[in-house]
Amino acid sequence: MSAVLPDGPGHFGRFGGRFMPEALIAPLDEITREWEAAQVDPVFQAELARMLREYANVPSPMYEAHRFSAAVGARILLKREDLNHTGAHKIRNVIGQALLAKRIGKPRCIAETGAGQHGVASATACAYLDLECTVYMGEVDTERQALNVARMRMLGAEVIPVTTGSRTLKDAINEALRDWVTTVDTTHYLFGTAAGPHPFPSMVRELTRGIGDESRAQVLELDGRLPDAVVACVGGGSNAIGMFTAFVPDEQVRLVGIEAGGDGVETGRHAATITGGQVGVLHGARSFLLQDDDGQTIESHSISAGLDYPGVGPEHAYLAETGRAQYVPATDDAAMSAFALLCKTEGIIPAIESAHALAGAIDLAQELGPDATILVNLSGRGDKDVHTAAEYFGLLAEDRP
Amino acid sequence: MTLIDDLFARTRAENRAALVGYLPAGFPTVEQSKRAIATLVENGVDLVEVGLPYSDPVMDGPTIQAAAETALAGGTKVDDVIEVVRATAALGVPTVVMTYWNPVERRGVDLFSSLLADAGGAGLITPDLIPDEGAEWDRASRAHGLDRIYLVSPSSTDERMALTAEAASGFIYATAVMGVTGQRTETSSLAPELVARLRAVTDKPIGVGLGVSNGAQAAEVAAFADAVIVGSALVRCLLDAEDEQQGLDALAALTRDLRAGMERS
Repeated sequence: MSAVLPDGPGHFGRFGGRFMPEALIAPLDEITREWEAAQVDPVFQAELARMLREYANVPSPMYEAHRFSAAVGARILLKREDLNHTGAHKIRNVIGQALLAKRIGKPRCIAETGAGQHGVASATACAYLDLECTVYMGEVDTERQALNVARMRMLGAEVIPVTTGSRTLKDAINEALRDWVTTVDTTHYLFGTAAGPHPFPSMVRELTRGIGDESRAQVLELDGRLPDAVVACVGGGSNAIGMFTAFVPDEQVRLVGIEAGGDGVETGRHAATITGGQVGVLHGARSFLLQDDDGQTIESHSISAGLDYPGVGPEHAYLAETGRAQYVPATDDAAMSAFALLCKTEGIIPAIESAHALAGAIDLAQELGPDATILVNLSGRGDKDVHTAAEYFGLLAEDRP
Repeated sequence: MTLIDDLFARTRAENRAALVGYLPAGFPTVEQSKRAIATLVENGVDLVEVGLPYSDPVMDGPTIQAAAETALAGGTKVDDVIEVVRATAALGVPTVVMTYWNPVERRGVDLFSSLLADAGGAGLITPDLIPDEGAEWDRASRAHGLDRIYLVSPSSTDERMALTAEAASGFIYATAVMGVTGQRTETSSLAPELVARLRAVTDKPIGVGLGVSNGAQAAEVAAFADAVIVGSALVRCLLDAEDEQQGLDALAALTRDLRAGMERS
């Protein structure tokens, strides 16, 4: 299925495509052409593989979480993307795209970031590959994630706080697009997730699909069989599409994407785009999005800044509509409860994003029972979230009586 | 012949360029935006672009973003935009809506088209819809007699220019710079070449927009384009005004200045 999609103009069924200003079509065509050439260029592929291996600590291990498994009532395998350089799966995408920018001859990259993870990864890849880097970040997020702003600046990136609209991730994307349309001769837009206009959804999928390809081989090596279910959190959807792609043809394997349920989908304060949104067009592609009756984007809400986005990648919309994957929400509270459980049973502090996947796995364990094997993408580590989690659990000195 | 075709037949006969003025509906309020648009028409705008305020206007610079935010914060709805179109068209001027695509798709492309046509609207300018994705809009616009105004850019290949010109009707919107909407101190050096490249592939009228702010710049563009499109500079008159009357006076003065630039000597 994934081998034949998207079609030439970038559609996954009725989703995807290009809803972009004409000014950006030529650069998008250029990226498409160069990416297609790079994929069959053994020199490019060998260089990318070497960088991922030597620099990014890829392939990441797979790990059987015995104590967590005992606590939740099913066998849980964790794909340890938290052990990659910069602490998340995102390094795979940014190294690939930064190398592509070099190949195209663009000396500058721009990126959007919500929590700062993609921004930090982009700044890292640009430092590593000697590219200029500008990161757009909503002003609200620069305040919530001041440490990541400092990280990006240490790595030599320029961080521009975005003060328009809701001053969060979606507005950072808008501002990056405005930069890009003005500077496209010298600049590559290092897009952070498997969304946006063609070719970003499929290019980011191909750059992150190592997660699932490695996991599939690792689980076969360990068990001699495939897992019963594969679980990943879904914001824009890059870690999930990276994990799912290898398993899409294995129809006996359930694919479950966990969306950010915020305060609960019924409250309207959430980021569960597929569960609680409708079909529409945002940031260059047709997919599900949170919108009002007039098609105005509605702000999303999640304790996880990395999932706090009102859109989702078009291939997830397609996998949802065809039924190949299912998408369910996990609330802030469920995610934080799973977060605490992993910390205490395994000595691993997960990213709050990844804790949503763990929460989904806990529900699935109840449903599938103790004989089931559930593979979870632990997409990132939680060091960046210590402050948020400490506040949530009341662990900071000023929170104590 | 659509209303827009009639307009260009007339301005060609008069050996001048058409003046296209943009203002967002609902800025600063729905009623005030109607009065502002009426001021444009009274002072010589030939075709009105009514902006549909949208939450994520990626093609717009700070001026139009600020106006859209005010309009949305004031509760402007798609139905209000249609009402502004109705009021504008009643003044006897061709009226199009400039809109990002999602609000059209959300309402339903055919339903939106029928509402627009019923209000007397002449077409849509679609900054983030390219003809490649425009099959449904092509059908609906033909069914309801609306014009499809697509954009071309200095980065467009000759092949894409031809494809876009073929799909467009009414006129073609040539974006004179690589960038977003907003005033610039000088007119774009890319615009004459862009228009020349377009002329090589189409006979349809060509409007040039992005960065035209005053009569002198408008006159430069009017020398080689069929229409001169002004947006941010008009919005600026309203943004900077201390009260409504001051804004309308500034709008009237700027419009007359721009209109004077349309005559070719």
